[in-house]
Amino acid sequence: MSTPEALKLPVSELEGIARDIRAEIIAYSNHAKLPHLGSCLSCVDILTCLYFHFLKLDTTDSTNPKRDRFVLSKGHGAPALFQVLARRGFYPQADLYKPDHGDGKFGEHPPVPQDLPGIEAATGSLGHGLPMGLGMALAGRLNKFPYRVFALLSDGECNEGSIWEAALFAAAQKLDNLCVIVDFNKWQATGRSEEVLALNPFVEKWQSFGWNTCRIDGHSMQDLLSTIEGWPSGQGKPFAIIADTVKGKGVSFMEDDNNWHYRIPTEDEVAQAKQELGVL
Amino acid sequence: MRNAFADEMTQLVDADPRLVLLSGDIGNRLFDRYKEKAPDRFYNCGVAEANMMGVAAGLGMNGFRPVVYTITPFTTTRCFEQIRVDVCYHESPVIIVGTGAGLSYAQLGPTHHSLEDIAILRTLPGMAVLCPCDPLEVRACLRSALKREGPTYIRLGKKGEPELHSTIPTLEIGKAITMRPGDDVCLVGTGNVVSVALEAAEDLKNHGIAVRIENFHSVKPLDESRLSELVEKYKVIGIIEEHSKIGGLYSAISEWQSDRMDGGTRLLSFSLADEFIHRVGTQQQARERAKLTAADISCALREAL
Repeated sequence: MSTPEALKLPVSELEGIARDIRAEIIAYSNHAKLPHLGSCLSCVDILTCLYFHFLKLDTTDSTNPKRDRFVLSKGHGAPALFQVLARRGFYPQADLYKPDHGDGKFGEHPPVPQDLPGIEAATGSLGHGLPMGLGMALAGRLNKFPYRVFALLSDGECNEGSIWEAALFAAAQKLDNLCVIVDFNKWQATGRSEEVLALNPFVEKWQSFGWNTCRIDGHSMQDLLSTIEGWPSGQGKPFAIIADTVKGKGVSFMEDDNNWHYRIPTEDEVAQAKQELGVL
Repeated sequence: MRNAFADEMTQLVDADPRLVLLSGDIGNRLFDRYKEKAPDRFYNCGVAEANMMGVAAGLGMNGFRPVVYTITPFTTTRCFEQIRVDVCYHESPVIIVGTGAGLSYAQLGPTHHSLEDIAILRTLPGMAVLCPCDPLEVRACLRSALKREGPTYIRLGKKGEPELHSTIPTLEIGKAITMRPGDDVCLVGTGNVVSVALEAAEDLKNHGIAVRIENFHSVKPLDESRLSELVEKYKVIGIIEEHSKIGGLYSAISEWQSDRMDGGTRLLSFSLADEFIHRVGTQQQARERAKLTAADISCALREAL
């Protein structure tokens, strides 16, 4: 069994990868007619930082028991994750473009791990990923494996009661091998997240639930790097990073416009977005 | 049944390092001996069943054999979506144990009745649905469930059920057990009312009617070869379950019979009506109101013959 490894790429390379992945996501949305573009673009920097710097993975054996686990609890971000996993080497990016004749693996949400290497949990129904990730963290502790578990949540997802059940249980279990990152883009499907269900004071909520917390700029690769690097381990507390993000980040006409929760870009819009990103 | 469950878990935990018990803040003192043996493999997950089921799924996906235990409605209907998505879609080998089958908690009111669990859980791909009839069969079901790769639901009664077997039975999931031979009519039962079927058989014997009792501890997978044999032989088959008529064992057998397009045998359902029970009483009183007693069954079968 090989040892899972982290890529530890520097900030400059991470920023380049994030730019490429944004362009790929937008092009693929047009190709496959997949929505949730805004939600995908808001978490690209977080995913890039995790997959190309921190996560210890084994692309030759995606079930290697010592690997780090990443759960995309906000399952509608799947089109972003699909691109990241391809770039990280779990499957060729061309697989996404193969005609699948209705027998495809790349839907709007992550399938089960049995169906696509690199996926840890099938999500899409919100509020499920964190509890499953918590089970993975407990399994790691029972097995005395030093892996870490990351779960990426959306702010809208924090409407779900099961998230707060999990938050309480993780604190009771003193699970310090578990990190939640909230992609706090201030929108959910049909409105401002703060107006739909008052989340604020959001950081304090997690803190009062017994978590180590911090609030950072979720688009600053440097902030993401130093925050995860400085994970306060050994304190018997799970770790929550509230990452301020912008829905549709990276493309001027998509940024903070909630229409891109469902809209599919036209070919002209794909070209314009690529130009803005500097990816041709 | 629940004491047998706790005892069997305590016996199994030494030999099986994959076993993990998750409880939804019930079973005060019930698991003390288990906890002494394996303190790091017992989690009181609190009154938070959705999370508990997701956590169990995550453990099961990572090499463990989690057993989730709480009162039946809370480990089934309360967190059905977590069972569907986290457990079944991921084929996570979680054993879901509900205590308080049917009317076991009649006195606690409809919030604690469990008359829909078989129906909803048997719709899930990969899920086995087991209803042991006595404390000895609880042990056999747990052992068999641990040999399965996929998810399993085990429906317990409460405590104090009579032992119908003399020893722990050899139990194969999907294979019914003949409890008593008889040529005139057949009663098929599942779970905590197999004892009622046996009582009814005694009563019918006094009327000169020989009743065969079949114990369908597995509602899913269903023992289709046994059913084929039964419909060949009997003109009337009574089906008894402490569960709604909708979706339980009677439904499962009716579906099977309908698929066969061979309706020669009359199926009679002894079950609960499609209504909430607004009157509180003992389990026995609730069974009497539902006409789910040996005397009612005996009477109905004599009329049908």
